[in-house]
Amino acid sequence: MKNLTAVSRLLRRSSRSLFDRRSNLTFLGAFCSSSSGLSYKSLQTCEQFTQDDCFHKKVMSKRIYFLRGYGVGIQSNGLRTHHRSLASIASTPERNKSFATINSDDISYFKKVLGERGVIQDEEKLDDANTDWMRKYKGSSKLMLQPRSTQEVSQILDYCNSRCLAVVPQGGNTGLVGGSIPVYDEVIINIGSMNNILSFDKVSGILVCEAGCILENLISFLDNEGYIMPLDLGAKGSCQIGGNVSTNAGGLRLLRYGSLHGSVLGLEVVLANGTVLDMLGTLRKDNTGYDLKHLFIGSEGSLGIVTKVSILTPPKLSSVNVAFLACEDYLSCQKILLEAKRKLGEILSAFEFLDINAMDLVLKQLDGLRDPLPSSKHNFYVLIETTGSMESHDKEKLEAFLVQAIESGLLTDGVVAQDINQASSFWRIREGVPEALLKAGATYKYDLSLPPEKMYDLVEEMRGRLGAAANVVAYGHLGDGNLHLNISTQQYDDNILSKIEPFVYEWTSKQRGSISAEHGVGLMKASKIHYSKSAETVQTMAAIKKVLDHNGILNPYKVLPTSVLSESGGQEPKKES
Amino acid sequence: MKILVAIKRVVDYAVKIRVKPDKSGVETSNVKMSMNPFCEIALEEALRIKESGRASEVVAVSIGPAQCADTLRTGLAMGADRAIHVEYPGTLYPLSVAKIFKSLVDAEKPGLLLLGKQAIDDDCNQTGQMIAGLLKWPQGTFASKVVLDEQNKVVTVDREVDGGLETLSLDLPAVITTDLRLNQPRYATLPNIMKAKSKAIKKLSPKDLNVEIRSDLEVVQVTEPPKRKAGVILSSVDELIDRLKNEARVI
Repeated sequence: MKNLTAVSRLLRRSSRSLFDRRSNLTFLGAFCSSSSGLSYKSLQTCEQFTQDDCFHKKVMSKRIYFLRGYGVGIQSNGLRTHHRSLASIASTPERNKSFATINSDDISYFKKVLGERGVIQDEEKLDDANTDWMRKYKGSSKLMLQPRSTQEVSQILDYCNSRCLAVVPQGGNTGLVGGSIPVYDEVIINIGSMNNILSFDKVSGILVCEAGCILENLISFLDNEGYIMPLDLGAKGSCQIGGNVSTNAGGLRLLRYGSLHGSVLGLEVVLANGTVLDMLGTLRKDNTGYDLKHLFIGSEGSLGIVTKVSILTPPKLSSVNVAFLACEDYLSCQKILLEAKRKLGEILSAFEFLDINAMDLVLKQLDGLRDPLPSSKHNFYVLIETTGSMESHDKEKLEAFLVQAIESGLLTDGVVAQDINQASSFWRIREGVPEALLKAGATYKYDLSLPPEKMYDLVEEMRGRLGAAANVVAYGHLGDGNLHLNISTQQYDDNILSKIEPFVYEWTSKQRGSISAEHGVGLMKASKIHYSKSAETVQTMAAIKKVLDHNGILNPYKVLPTSVLSESGGQEPKKES
Repeated sequence: MKILVAIKRVVDYAVKIRVKPDKSGVETSNVKMSMNPFCEIALEEALRIKESGRASEVVAVSIGPAQCADTLRTGLAMGADRAIHVEYPGTLYPLSVAKIFKSLVDAEKPGLLLLGKQAIDDDCNQTGQMIAGLLKWPQGTFASKVVLDEQNKVVTVDREVDGGLETLSLDLPAVITTDLRLNQPRYATLPNIMKAKSKAIKKLSPKDLNVEIRSDLEVVQVTEPPKRKAGVILSSVDELIDRLKNEARVI
């Protein structure tokens, strides 16, 4: 599994620059020179090119970029239906007029603090930082700052706050909800240069590092020490730990190691007015006063900029087993989950599911994958992973569990990986669903937390509402109660969207679920937060925001609806010197 | 006809190999071990031949420490009828393995012996050839296609060679070693894993087979390949020419 993701990361990275270059030469020219006459045919050419290039996500998302982002400014009949699409992007709020715009004095101040190297005004670099990973959102920032120390972050923020310059903190820019890109001309504060590992305790497994460390680098550093990061996700080659903490990223290991609220032991955070909060503890137990670090885990950079992280890492275990299983109905999937928790206990490390629509899509769209259970089709597929310290014990336990499940009829069929290569190919099916969806056409994506027993009802209701108009695909982290609901269509269509939204949010709200399970709120769902949080709760959030960031300069227009923020008052706290 | 398949337990293909601190060999403790991928292909081919009705029994053989039984269990779960485990805890070299196989062939009398072309741990690529030599059987190495004609007692083997494909016709009994493109091995399904539990693994020792293990080889030291130096970005063509001339001394 690891090898495969590493390879795809590598491909993603390398061909990104390749594609950028080529696209500049060939496609951008086409878009610019004949924007009004752009035909659907030329889009197909570019689509063909991207598909040929290779299978990875970055390139596929580039395609969406052409279809969505660039399409916006082009008046072309061919494109219309394609770019009228931005599934569930709320109407973006107006630029907040109280924010200042940068002038030459600002630039010279920043150059004085950061040196020439830390002040980026180069358009190409800004273009990358202005655009999100999915190429769905685009800001127009003219300035990116790259501080190298907490002190520099503090100085920048103090200055921006006094000038009322809005800022957007940015890590690896791999978010899916537009949280890490500027909406208008916010100053981008990129933490990537703060990438030192500060300490690692080999006995306790506590790692202290700067926020700009790339997750994959931390993973390989720990690998040599015999430890792993408590989180793992597809974007690990680009995403940074500061961003992971700020968005409370979930990922594949959450079932086993819990959320970052549990594994992060301490943080150093710079507030909007430049105050440095040193909460960088390395203690498992610390009940002195309010545990403020939790405010910054998952607040998406709207309360402060995380500069250092102290995190508890679990030891690396040698025995990993993966089984790919088939169930005939959703009830059996739930029963299997319950049984797996009981029978596999401490070694269960992942429990993922996909339905027949997801399986069909993956096998149809992605090359090099084969159906592990080719003898017949099944309604549901479950992937179980165990991680433990003794191969023979784990294997015996897993096989006994599976044998019992098949004898009791919960499972109809299944295969157990006999080597890492087979395990990777099972994971590739589950992890390949988003990519297959991108290849299949337009997708409306929802990342929902729901009670597991109700989860699939939504999928079936959605199928009933949409009929043959769309392919409703369901997969996700069943063990965490996290459904990835995807509605795949030929092209974006307002008619279909009106059947999905607000229905899907209302339905989730009725079940007391969350409209943002692991992807965050960002810009995409800032105005939808009330579906998951009560008015009083949102008000309290706004009040906290007001206390910590009086001028609202930190990551504006995100997380909370602007309407709520403008209502609440508060006193600006004095900065300690 | 009976088919004998050799299966080797090796460090998993996907594991990052580490050298032991004392440089005596590769670290294998607490490391994921699996069936050698080429052996998996050999076993798959044997199973396909049996499923097409051209063979009556597939016997999997592994030689090595006690844990080889796990690898044989995988072979049984894939579909082998029974297994033989020649237990030996120490280091084995291809000639010893070949002698053990010769002795096993004498006892089991298979019509075909299938092996992977090489094991991914030592990359020797010798065992199949040595067995054929000891048995004085015809051999088809690096097979990418195997067609068995059991009536005329011949097997046709396509081999990938430098210039293209070479097709050999071998009289049975014969030794075939398998290449990567021959087939795609199957997964072990749950029902077959369950069935495998009741299949027999016969344990033997080299002594039972009258083979004395000794080696004319001695491993002096195992080291990692030197680390590749990071590249540098140069600012001008002149600098590049200068570096090529004076540093790399290639122009």
